[in-house]
Amino acid sequence: MKFQDFKGGVHPPQSKNTMECATIKMDIPEKVVLPMQQHIGAPCKAVVKKGDTVKVGQVIGTSDAYVSVPVHSSVSGTVTAVTERIISGSRPVVCVEIKPDGLQEISEDVKAPVVESKESFLKAIRDSGLTGLGGAGFPAHVKLNPPKDLAIDTLIINGAECEPYITSDYRVCMENTENIIEGIDYVLQWTGIPRALIGIEDNKPEAIKKLKSAVKKTKSISVHSLKTRYPQGAEKMLIKTLTGREVPPGKLPSEVGCLVMNVASVAFVAEYLKTGMPLIKKRVTVDGSSVKTPMNLEVLIGTPVGDVFEFSGGFASEPVKIIMGGPMMGVSLYSDELPVMKYTNALLALNEKDGKIPEENVCIRCGRCVSVCPMNLLPFDIDRLVKANQYDDLDKYNVTDCIECGSCAYVCPSKRMLTQSLRLGKDILRRKEKK
Amino acid sequence: MENMLYVNSSPHIRSEVTTQRLMLDVIIALIPAAFAGIYFFGFRAALLIAVTVISSVGFEYLIRKVLKRNNTIGDLSAAVTGFILALNLPPELPFWMAIVGSFFAIVIVKQLFGGLGYNFLNPALAARAFLIVSYGARMTTWTRPFTTAADIDSVSLATAADIDAVSFATPLGALKEGSNLPELMDMFLGNIGGSLGETSALALIIGGIYLIARSVISWHIPVIYIGTVGLLAWIMGPNGIFTGNPLFHILAGGLMLGAIFMATDYTTSPMTKKGTIIYAIGCGVLTMLFRLYTNMPEGVSYAILLMNVSVPMIDRCTKPARFGGKAHV
Repeated sequence: MKFQDFKGGVHPPQSKNTMECATIKMDIPEKVVLPMQQHIGAPCKAVVKKGDTVKVGQVIGTSDAYVSVPVHSSVSGTVTAVTERIISGSRPVVCVEIKPDGLQEISEDVKAPVVESKESFLKAIRDSGLTGLGGAGFPAHVKLNPPKDLAIDTLIINGAECEPYITSDYRVCMENTENIIEGIDYVLQWTGIPRALIGIEDNKPEAIKKLKSAVKKTKSISVHSLKTRYPQGAEKMLIKTLTGREVPPGKLPSEVGCLVMNVASVAFVAEYLKTGMPLIKKRVTVDGSSVKTPMNLEVLIGTPVGDVFEFSGGFASEPVKIIMGGPMMGVSLYSDELPVMKYTNALLALNEKDGKIPEENVCIRCGRCVSVCPMNLLPFDIDRLVKANQYDDLDKYNVTDCIECGSCAYVCPSKRMLTQSLRLGKDILRRKEKK
Repeated sequence: MENMLYVNSSPHIRSEVTTQRLMLDVIIALIPAAFAGIYFFGFRAALLIAVTVISSVGFEYLIRKVLKRNNTIGDLSAAVTGFILALNLPPELPFWMAIVGSFFAIVIVKQLFGGLGYNFLNPALAARAFLIVSYGARMTTWTRPFTTAADIDSVSLATAADIDAVSFATPLGALKEGSNLPELMDMFLGNIGGSLGETSALALIIGGIYLIARSVISWHIPVIYIGTVGLLAWIMGPNGIFTGNPLFHILAGGLMLGAIFMATDYTTSPMTKKGTIIYAIGCGVLTMLFRLYTNMPEGVSYAILLMNVSVPMIDRCTKPARFGGKAHV
């Protein structure tokens, strides 16, 4: 089955320097900081207070809201503070700080869940604390329970990993192959979806080979090699490439009968259902021009970013920018004290040459942003309207369709901050609708 | 960590392409055509190029200063405009007229409309049109290749007869007058009368291939424009339909220069692929209508200028289809 690829996209330098770096387990840090919101949806309430002792896997934050997942302690130790902090964005989030005792005692609550129905499966997934590990952080149990009237016929497993630098999903494919297949089997079994398609970019031939041989016996799972082109791993692009279907504006993949999960997410599902150990650690690629030794690390969630860099061997040169995630869509951090979160898949430190913000010049109407936009938008026009405060015309330009992949700003010869304008435009429209 | 960190919206990496680099590539791509012009029309052609480039950059610097805006000569767009303007002028045009052209291109067409990215006409082409209107005789005095400057100086150009002594009809002029047409091979190499940089199709094609290879332009505008002209030339032949010689019209006049270097100007061409195709076909159709059905021998400049002003309308009519907007499989 071959479909026409999505339109547009870019080819940034891949910089996959860590492909052959087997994952190394990082030491327990001196403190962990666990934000009560590491997912899209309602924030959790901290259920521990200063002075409490906690164990590994113990629930420290919960919420009654449906679109929310609990937060677990990644260490055993003592709670030293429950305070508000600005993590990313501008809103403060309650964070639980824990001083580890180094023993890593496992909580009594950690035991393999009993799953015998779709309901108990979804409950187990929620209890595991799983959010989409691809980067967006959407609660997995919500995703796995689409509206009843939409028949889902395809589970898509995202192993595209189209962002430069990042190889953590690749390492999952290489080191955790069995768990990926097992996890897919569980999801297919309990959701009743008949087939799963694994999509991997063709710059990772070893992973494709390994997964292909692993699914030989299973009829319902197939592995597909995708053209290496950013943003191949964006949900809507991946669905288009693998099934030929286009998710309508403002809708979720379930609208076209698809459900998309990341390889790391399904591998975690298998692990959790076997052991009951919730989401407390994450594979993270450490790289960037300021990093001395690029590598892949298994990091406890809540570990301060600075500690991760230090463990990797520190900086070769003083970084001017630290990015959580990839260089195309990641978030630049204002401090290296911010913690690794559930959805963190890479930490990059860039030197002055790579990290400085280029000067913005006038638009020369070259049309590159239009030809690379995978969502068929006109970024230069939206940028013009946003900068001129002409918000009334914005909705005619479908700005809410923007997936913020960054291709337009990447390719702009005038270095205009197009993606920023598009984000701003989306935000302005959303606020206008609320009014 | 002692240093402050940069915090901004993603993406955090940018492509190597810059406006300045694109303009530099255009300048590099124009060099073969400039050399062809100097080879066929002598050293004065080099001086004419120098005059328009220096005056264009100078006017850009001055007008930005007068308008109290930042200095933009570093983006090289003024140098490109000056360079292209020279290639559009008769090789023996007096320097002061060329400087008037630079002034019109940079100050009137480009900067008074907001500068780079805001001009609604291609500045060099608009300047050429302005010069034709203002100095019609000199703008249509074409010298024979390998005529030296001394030959020109020896005649006063006072009378039409004197002009004839050194002037030389362009292929399209010859076609209009019904006189002998040059050999196609001479037209391909550039051994014909015409503007400084328009005569050698070979040199212009080399520059065009460079621009396409460097992804500065896509092949669509030049190929579709030239293809449309060839097709119409063949269809609308002198002895009834399908009797024309497409190669003659493709190699004659300013088509190569216009299609490769001027119709492809970013600011004055459409933003979408579909729009680009409509625009290129429009340029081709108008060029042939001007060449065959008006009393002007050449129509490339006016065809491109007319399509330039249609760009906002083309852009509005060719908005790309919304992703997921159509019914899906």
